[in-house]
Amino acid sequence: MSADQLVPLQASRRTVELTIDGDPVRVPEGTTILDACRSKGTDIPTLCYLKTLHPVNVCRVCVVEVEGSRVLVPSCSRAVEPAMVVTTGSDRVRHSRKMVLEFLASSVDLSATPDVEAWLTSYAARPERYGPAAPPVAAGERDSLPTGHHPPPSTTHAATVGQPVKVDNELYVRDYGKCILCYKCVEACGTDFQNTFAIAVAGRGFDARISTEFAVELPKSACVYCGNCIAVCPTGALMFKSEFDHRQAGTWKEAEQTVTATICPYCGVGCTLELHVQDNEIVKVSSPLDHEVTSGNLCIKGRFGWRYVQNRKAADNPRTS
Amino acid sequence: MDLHLLDAKPTAEEREALDALLGKPLSGWEGGVRGARDTRTAAGGHASRERRHLLLPALHAVQSRVGWISEGALNHIAERLTVPPADVYGVATFYALLSLSPRPRRVLHVCDDIGCRCRGAEQLCAELERTVGPPYHGPTGSRHEIPSDGAVWLRSPCLGLCDQAPAALLSIAGAPPVERLFGSVSAPAASRTLGGDLGATTLARPVPPQHGDPTLRLLRRIGVADPKSLDDFRAHGGYTSLRRAFELGPEGVIREVTEAKLLGRGGAAFPTGRKWDAVARQPVRPHYLVCNADESEPGTFKDRVLMEGDPFAVIEAMTIGAYATGCEKGFIYLRGEYPLAHERLENAIRIARARGLLGDNIMGQGFRFDIEIRKGGGAYICGEETAIFNSIEGFRGEPRNKPPYPVQSGLFAKPTLVNNVETLANVLEILRIGGEAYARIGTAGSTGTRLFCLCGCVMRPGVYEVPFGATLRQLLDLAGGVGPGHTLRSVLLGGAAGVFVRPDEFDMPLTFEGVRAAQATLGSGVIMAFDESIDLLDILRRIAAFFRDESCGQCVPCRVGTVRQEEALHRICSKQTRGSPAEEAALLDEIGLAMKDASICGLGQTAYSAVESALKRLRVLEGVVAQ
Ligand SMILES: Cc1cc2nc3c(=O)[nH]c(=O)nc-3n(C[C@H](O)[C@H](O)[C@H](O)COP(=O)(O)O)c2cc1C
Ligand code: SF4
Ligand code: SF4
Ligand code: SF4
Ligand code: FES
Ligand code: FES
Repeated sequence: MSADQLVPLQASRRTVELTIDGDPVRVPEGTTILDACRSKGTDIPTLCYLKTLHPVNVCRVCVVEVEGSRVLVPSCSRAVEPAMVVTTGSDRVRHSRKMVLEFLASSVDLSATPDVEAWLTSYAARPERYGPAAPPVAAGERDSLPTGHHPPPSTTHAATVGQPVKVDNELYVRDYGKCILCYKCVEACGTDFQNTFAIAVAGRGFDARISTEFAVELPKSACVYCGNCIAVCPTGALMFKSEFDHRQAGTWKEAEQTVTATICPYCGVGCTLELHVQDNEIVKVSSPLDHEVTSGNLCIKGRFGWRYVQNRKAADNPRTS
Repeated sequence: MDLHLLDAKPTAEEREALDALLGKPLSGWEGGVRGARDTRTAAGGHASRERRHLLLPALHAVQSRVGWISEGALNHIAERLTVPPADVYGVATFYALLSLSPRPRRVLHVCDDIGCRCRGAEQLCAELERTVGPPYHGPTGSRHEIPSDGAVWLRSPCLGLCDQAPAALLSIAGAPPVERLFGSVSAPAASRTLGGDLGATTLARPVPPQHGDPTLRLLRRIGVADPKSLDDFRAHGGYTSLRRAFELGPEGVIREVTEAKLLGRGGAAFPTGRKWDAVARQPVRPHYLVCNADESEPGTFKDRVLMEGDPFAVIEAMTIGAYATGCEKGFIYLRGEYPLAHERLENAIRIARARGLLGDNIMGQGFRFDIEIRKGGGAYICGEETAIFNSIEGFRGEPRNKPPYPVQSGLFAKPTLVNNVETLANVLEILRIGGEAYARIGTAGSTGTRLFCLCGCVMRPGVYEVPFGATLRQLLDLAGGVGPGHTLRSVLLGGAAGVFVRPDEFDMPLTFEGVRAAQATLGSGVIMAFDESIDLLDILRRIAAFFRDESCGQCVPCRVGTVRQEEALHRICSKQTRGSPAEEAALLDEIGLAMKDASICGLGQTAYSAVESALKRLRVLEGVVAQ
């Protein structure tokens, strides 16, 4: 290719002019409404959106009003159009966001979802008005719900996805009582990153769930423990076993943790690792989402292969004793 | 992709069922016997992934042969089609007609939906529960015990046989399987059927009530011409419209359809001419045609009547649509509960192929087109025009994000024409009499005739065809009203996604503009009547349960909103309201508004429609007191 054929990296995309909350905004063609809003400092809550994944626009917490559209529009996936008129804070918009937050908070354990407390307050959501949460069902019960007909609902309790945590391996746990079904883990495990397809959405409607085939335990499934699903999970439903154990023991101290950036020592790709350290112990490993090589993804070695670092005491490491 | 499979192996019967559909596996990679060559070659890449669209047919093959899908069968399907087992499981668990736990071969699906409730469905179910046992909604997962007595019954949503309520669908797995959709079910007949006596499941269909009326257009041949005979179809005007289409050329056909001002009959009332033109203009090839025959809106059975009674008309109309828009391949996405329609359409396709009316050189005009039937798996949502694509492609039947629209990027990401069965049937009439003449039938805004599904508490339920402009009252009269001694209390217009109207509104003309002015909808043409004996709150609760069951689960407003709506209605019905009934109504309104405004697709957007109209137009909560 000769030099004059080279296209500048920032190809001259056309600019689109639109109005957001009464203000004129100019953004490059192809920008989402969400990014256009953020570029002018308007914040919009998001749950199922992640910049490294294809937008699935399923949570609907990011909806906005677009003039001429019969229904509200998901800002995270809809591209701006010339002369679009967007409203982000109308009563209609606030109502739908409030209801989405209520629906989720009344049916899912959001205690480990960042920001959600503040949103619940600012949208005056009252998840308790659907009644006390139904007690969690027995292990495996939600995994075996038949599709179609369901028994009559309770008149006293609000249905939830509550269920015991799945602890079936030493590396990470799956606490689907915290799952909002944002599809991120399925995307990360499948076409967006990992191409392993160990998990999929199974069932339908409120009984839909993330599952392996026949809900077999992870060690029997196709999972290769890359942990890329953990990295994208917005609710803490997928969690390092090390973090889970600390939280169970009440010793998880996020504020006291340090994060050290380093390079994975295992292979020539050289992924950037971020070691989360608490009390001189690595408690989890991540990689920056905006990293040009990893986009936040690692393999089992980088993600979980750090135990040897901890084995300082001779007693822990028979080979050096 | 490296497939990771479970240890489970298929049985000989499961293998046979799949081989009958897919042919023998060609190598060890596909689950055949591993030969020396297999160690030096690998199957994979596009060629194997392109078979994913066979996933639902493969699942059906095992289900209808064995009665359920075991771990071994699922594994083998994954292997044969190079689809990860977790994905196969995700797809299989999407469909209510597929069972992932052991189930006897003989299953009776008994409709307990709103139309059949007006005709004793609940009593029928109660009687079955007393005499046969509780319905078997077995858990998903193959490690459960199979009930020993060889036959079970299940509760089912509307089976599209509301004119012969109460309805049931019998399926007996085997080679070949037996499937019968039958009506006027009594408890003794149901028990006998479960015991293996097929006498009660007679497939006879009553002729349409207007049978013989010379003004009929779409129903003209039904009950008159033999639906199994191409010659009879031709003797009654069949294939003259296709001939006319070849004379007009593709643009000419689109011009006629546009001049006719035909609006889609599938629910959204989109101008058909505009849709055809948009598909025809797409430079990307190939184009696909999908005939939407998923008809699962409770109360709807008109498409079934057309397909069972005049199957060649569907084939001819699809051929015209394909010719006008440049499609070489068409699919009929037929709901899985319509065995007779399936049989008749299959027969029609086979004969049309043999007689050069489908295939490489149709009518010697050098036009190539063929049709494949795809059987749905028991999922109302798959009638949504983008969910249908995912279902055919072998993915979960979840609606896609729009834009892009189907005319730009539809089935297999190609420009696609999706039309309802009744919409297509109108095209034959348009080409027969000309677009201009057609546009003079009906009213200015709603041209042509319309099929209405009269059911519930009426004397002569059935499909009625009238020119647009007839009032609701006139249609109710055609069907004989509720009969002596009964009072008509309300009508549900448009199906479960429609609205209730009061008797003082019965003079509304049933045109697109007429119902819009009355803030109602024609939907899929349902007119379900309720007399004083029907508990409307019970009907509302069933509607809410329907949406909760049929939500695909993708988006939060619909997935959780339909649950919260059902819970509130259930509290009201059982007189255990949280706060006053008025407070429950206010809560329902808040839930409904969010579902309407923020859901991805029409299912969630209309899930509150009927409930809302019952609360606001019928004021059903008046008289309900707080506990
Ligand atoms: C939940 C849902 C179910 C639908 N089911 C059907 C159906 O069974 N048959 C049908 O023709 N259209 C159905 N539709 C409407 C289709 O999306 C689409 O509008 C229609 O098939 C277009 O055909 P037409 O232009 O000929 O009406 C459904 C829509 C929704 C939202
Ligand atoms: S750890 Fe990796 S392979 Fe396993 S489920 Fe998560 S993304 Fe898929
Ligand atoms: S487990 Fe986490 S990432 Fe996966 S769907 Fe649930 S909330 Fe989303
Ligand atoms: S509205 Fe309901 S059916 Fe439609 S996409 Fe959302 S969850 Fe699925
Ligand atoms: S963040 Fe946009 S729909 Fe979830
Ligand atoms: S067949 Fe029972 S309601 Fe339609």
